[in-house]
Amino acid sequence: MSELQLLLDAPVLAVQLVIDGLLVGAIFCLAAYGMALVWGVMNIINIAQGELVMLGGYVTLLVVQAGLPPFVGVPVAAAVLYVVGWALYRAVIFRVVDRDMFISILATFGISIFLQQLANEVFGADVQTVRSGLGQFFLFGGLVTVSQIKLVAFAGAVVLALVLYLFLKRSRLGQAIRASAQNARAARILGIDTGRVYATTYALNAALCGATGALVVMAWVIHPYIGLPYTVRSFMIVVVAGLGNLPGVVAAGLGLGVAENFAGFLLGAEYQAAFVFSLLVVILVWRNWRLARRRLYLR
Amino acid sequence: MSRGARLAAAAAGVALALAAPKLAPAIVTQLAFLWVMVLFALTWDVVGGQMGYTSFGNIVFFGLGAYCAAVVQRDLGLGYFEGLAVGMAVAAVLAVAAAFVLGLGLLGIRGHYFAIGTLGLGIAAGEIASGWDYVGAGSGMVTPLYPGPAGARDVFFYYYFLALAAACLLILRRLYAGRFGLAINAIRDDEDKAEAMGLRTRRYKITAWCVSAFFLALTGAGVGHLIGFIDPRDVAFAGPTYGVWMVLMAILGGSGTLWGPVLGAFVFHVTQELFWTYLLGWQRVALGLLIVIIVVFFPRGILGWARERWPERFGEVVEEGPQGGGGR
Repeated sequence: MSELQLLLDAPVLAVQLVIDGLLVGAIFCLAAYGMALVWGVMNIINIAQGELVMLGGYVTLLVVQAGLPPFVGVPVAAAVLYVVGWALYRAVIFRVVDRDMFISILATFGISIFLQQLANEVFGADVQTVRSGLGQFFLFGGLVTVSQIKLVAFAGAVVLALVLYLFLKRSRLGQAIRASAQNARAARILGIDTGRVYATTYALNAALCGATGALVVMAWVIHPYIGLPYTVRSFMIVVVAGLGNLPGVVAAGLGLGVAENFAGFLLGAEYQAAFVFSLLVVILVWRNWRLARRRLYLR
Repeated sequence: MSRGARLAAAAAGVALALAAPKLAPAIVTQLAFLWVMVLFALTWDVVGGQMGYTSFGNIVFFGLGAYCAAVVQRDLGLGYFEGLAVGMAVAAVLAVAAAFVLGLGLLGIRGHYFAIGTLGLGIAAGEIASGWDYVGAGSGMVTPLYPGPAGARDVFFYYYFLALAAACLLILRRLYAGRFGLAINAIRDDEDKAEAMGLRTRRYKITAWCVSAFFLALTGAGVGHLIGFIDPRDVAFAGPTYGVWMVLMAILGGSGTLWGPVLGAFVFHVTQELFWTYLLGWQRVALGLLIVIIVVFFPRGILGWARERWPERFGEVVEEGPQGGGGR
């Protein structure tokens, strides 16, 4: 483990890993927040979550290719993905709400393959990124670098999460969404059009993912196959944090970001994805074991 | 159908399957893959259909088998067929052991958690294999050359997969007909009740996964040698192709039935061979759409639909009211 030795010899490297991890963790939090929203309101685990992030990235790419500044990509991606989410709901998702969990998972899995392969055909399999034109901050005499765009992405993630949080707490529609999540039948009796609420929820989630994708393409990279890791990360974060637990989502997301960066450094970058997916299995087994000890389980 | 007609139809089917390499020598590889698809669908349905544990990670055992057989051949230095036989034995044993160990941890997880956990498992295996130098890492492994004239390899593996698929079908038929079948169906219908009635559910669940893993490992060992090259992500742990096809074929034919997966595999493979070439790279896009359409509109599959349409042909007594198919 020469990397471990390196890390022990130069602890400042750990600072770098933690900072990078926190910055990317905020992005994971956004996608996870959206997943928790859809899961909590409609009882659907959206396997296509990561693909929506990827599409947001490609929308931003198109915006930049059209000659606009990259930051315009965030609202544009959110708007476009809102429409995509609405269309997906009207075409497929509404047919699987209230049906067997197995069906909704497979259906969203199908959507995920469809979007992934569509992006592959349309945009090609290359890794893409957008130049933001921002520089780096140097800390500790140049040993630690923090790219400014990642800071901007972090700030963007915080703002987006706050806006969504306030929307859900304060606005009339947000209250309707929360009411439907608590008890859809009671909400219907009280005159809430749950079909519309579901459509809005799914579209809002897609818009959130789109904005996330815009931040991802500016600060990191995207390619057609980037979706599934984001889905799995979101799922892990929600499983660890629990539904409707925003502080938990933030803690789990940031923690995952840091853990992933350390794993990537120690095991080598080629095993970083393997680490994410193995961690998923470990977390699920651990969760099940813990629940079994309390003689409880969730369906 | 009467018993005699059934026997005659079965005999004709067996004769056709045995004579197929002679009748259509140009497409022996595709025919061999037909039996591979049947094996995929049958093994997926043991756990996914009959037991109700939707697994997206069965591809792990397939990849394990492919790599095991190839590594044993490379490192033991035996002849082609001896090496293949030993490799297959090792692959089967290792896959069953892996299914047992993974089952201890994973089969306690239920519903969608299990589905996504196994999805992660399959991808993790592919990622590990493509980073591990011992098995060739990302550049894959080349399996030894088949000793014999060109084309003999395809015929050999055609009969291998045919025999394996037949064995799998017969064994599953035997298993489904007995206590095992009843037990795993009980687990699918209501696991808590099954457990409360004194059924040792964990034992049955792990056994079912081991059965599935056993046949998948043998399939993987054969496929690696038939293709001649094992790519970690595109052959061995090919989640987006083989891994998804398994699920799709079983559902298409009718999951939770014995013949449904076989029928689904036939329909899917023939459609794929006929139409895929005209889609020019868009076939995977079409695959995504196909999954959505089948799952949303025909979740019971062809046999489930037929059963609802003509219940008396399936030996069910028709009563008033809607007739359920598999009873999910």
